[in-house]
Order: sequence, then structure tokens, then C-alpha cells
Amino acid sequence: MAWGIAMSDNKILRIVARFLIPLIMLFALYIQFHGEYSPGGGFQAGVVFAAAWILFVLIFGLDLGLEVIPERAMFVLMVLGVMLYCAVGLLNVAQGGLFLDFSTLLADPKAAQQAGIITVELGIGITVATVVMLIFTMFARRKREQDGTDEDAP
Amino acid sequence: MVVAIAIVHVRDLFTASMLFAIYSLISAGLFVVLDAGDVALTEAAVGAGISTLLFLATLTMVDRREAPPNSSARHHWLALAVVGITGAFLVYATLDLPEFGDATSPAQAHVGSQYIASTYDDMGIPNMVAAVLASYRSIDTLGEGFVILTAGLAVYALLSVPATRRRRRNGMGHRHE
Repeated sequence: MAWGIAMSDNKILRIVARFLIPLIMLFALYIQFHGEYSPGGGFQAGVVFAAAWILFVLIFGLDLGLEVIPERAMFVLMVLGVMLYCAVGLLNVAQGGLFLDFSTLLADPKAAQQAGIITVELGIGITVATVVMLIFTMFARRKREQDGTDEDAP
Repeated sequence: MVVAIAIVHVRDLFTASMLFAIYSLISAGLFVVLDAGDVALTEAAVGAGISTLLFLATLTMVDRREAPPNSSARHHWLALAVVGITGAFLVYATLDLPEFGDATSPAQAHVGSQYIASTYDDMGIPNMVAAVLASYRSIDTLGEGFVILTAGLAVYALLSVPATRRRRRNGMGHRHE
């Protein structure tokens, strides 16, 4: 009935996933925070992080996945990500600069730009990750509802 | 190209989504060859990863086979003509495009060179794509963030309605008739 219950019985899948998921999440964080030096950034990191969570759901089931990251947390975080982005911009305005011109954040202009980029990318990463997770949750739940009604119907 | 034709031909939707993933992965490899690491990473993660997952999630809910074309005997000559003419125009338009890697093309000569010259002095970071996305073109990226947020909300609005309700309403409609 639930998403991927059959898959969770497979021992190989469970063990490989247990090994892989932390690595994928670590790689996501690497893409996120190393984005200024190598290819990457918030968007890619968010997607990779969400992919790790989706792999978890596929193997251990949706209920366990939602225990790790509840749906309410997804809503809050996906709005918070964009709000964080806006907040950095507004902070610039409050400090007498232009909207999203990071140069007022710190005394050193280069460090200020880097701080601004990292914060903004973090906001994007949080939003992307949670939106992808939310979309997947909605699909998985719809599937379960459909199965439920099919069982009730006859 | 071969993969794209295969996608159109294949009637099994599961195979088609797998082929889409392969297509995305090949594109990602192409971007790597072109030294566009950021785009390649996005294509691999979004195109080959997440979209395939969403295709599969949808496929678990719908029929796996594509419906056979209902009028296989009658060919759509008008559609073929429209596609052919549009394609011919597009090919004709590519003749006006600048040579690949041309330093004087508008894409290279506009603000790009300025960004390339000043990124390291302004930010002290080597990845120009990150600098352009997050700092020079910051407001565009903010807009993208809102687009993603809106997409998430829209999917939630569409799929949070219980699946049973629609069926019940259909049943009531039948009763009226």
C-alpha cells in the first residue's frame, strides 16, 4: 500500500542506501558551501539534498521520511528560504545601501560580497530542497490515497 | 538525437522516462565537454534525477502504456507541414548566428566581458557563475526563488484535494441524468 514498502524488505537496498544517503547529503552541503570555488550553488545543492531524502522515502517508506522532515517543516522552510533572501536585501537597505547590493554587510567589500552570496545561496538551497520534497510528498500521498480508495471501491 | 527519436517512438512510458534520463545525462556530458560545469551539474541533478523521479511517481498512478493513436490510417499532413516549415525557418535562422566561440558575438561582447574582468576584484571568488547569479544578477535569482516557491504552492493546491471527492461528484452527476 504505502510507497516502497516492498523495497524496504530488500536487505541489499537498505544497507547500500544507509551508506549512500549520508554521502549524498554531504555532497549536497559541499555543493552548497563550496559553490563560489567550484561548480554548484544553492539550486543544485537543494535538488541533491532533496534527492537524498527521496531515496530515503523510496526505501524506508513515506511515514518514516515524514518523521525525519515533517510536512509542516517543509512549508515553514520553503517560505523561510525566500524570506532569508529578502531579509539580506532589506538588511542592505537598512544599512543605507541598495537592495541586494551586499557591500554594506561587512567592512571589507570582498568579504561582504562573499557573505552575501553565501547567505543568499543558502536561502535558495533551503527553498529548492523543501519544494522538491513537498512535491514528491504530494505525489506519494496521492498514490496512497488512490490505492486506499481502490481497495474500498469493490 | 537517436535517444530523442527513440523517446517519440517508444509506447511504453516507463521506457520513455528512462530514455529521458539518458538524454539528460548525455546533455550533461555535453555541457561538461563545453566547460560549463554549473549547467552540467544542474542538468544531471534536475534533468536526470528529479524529473525522472517525478515521471516515475506519476507513472505509478496512471497506466503504464501510452494509448494507441486512434486514427492511425489518417496522417496529419497539415501538422507535418507546419512542423516542417517551422523547422526550416529555424535552420535558416541559425545561419545568422555567430560562429561558435566567436569573441565578438553579442553574447560575449555585452556585459559578460565586464563581469569576467571585475569578478575577482569585486568578490575575491573564482566561480564567476556564482558571482553573476548571486550578486550581479541577484534580483533575478530572487525572482527564481519566488517562482520555485509558487510552483511548490501550486502543486500543493492541486494535489492536496482528496482524490475521492472527484469520483463522488461524478457519481452524483450520473444520478442526476
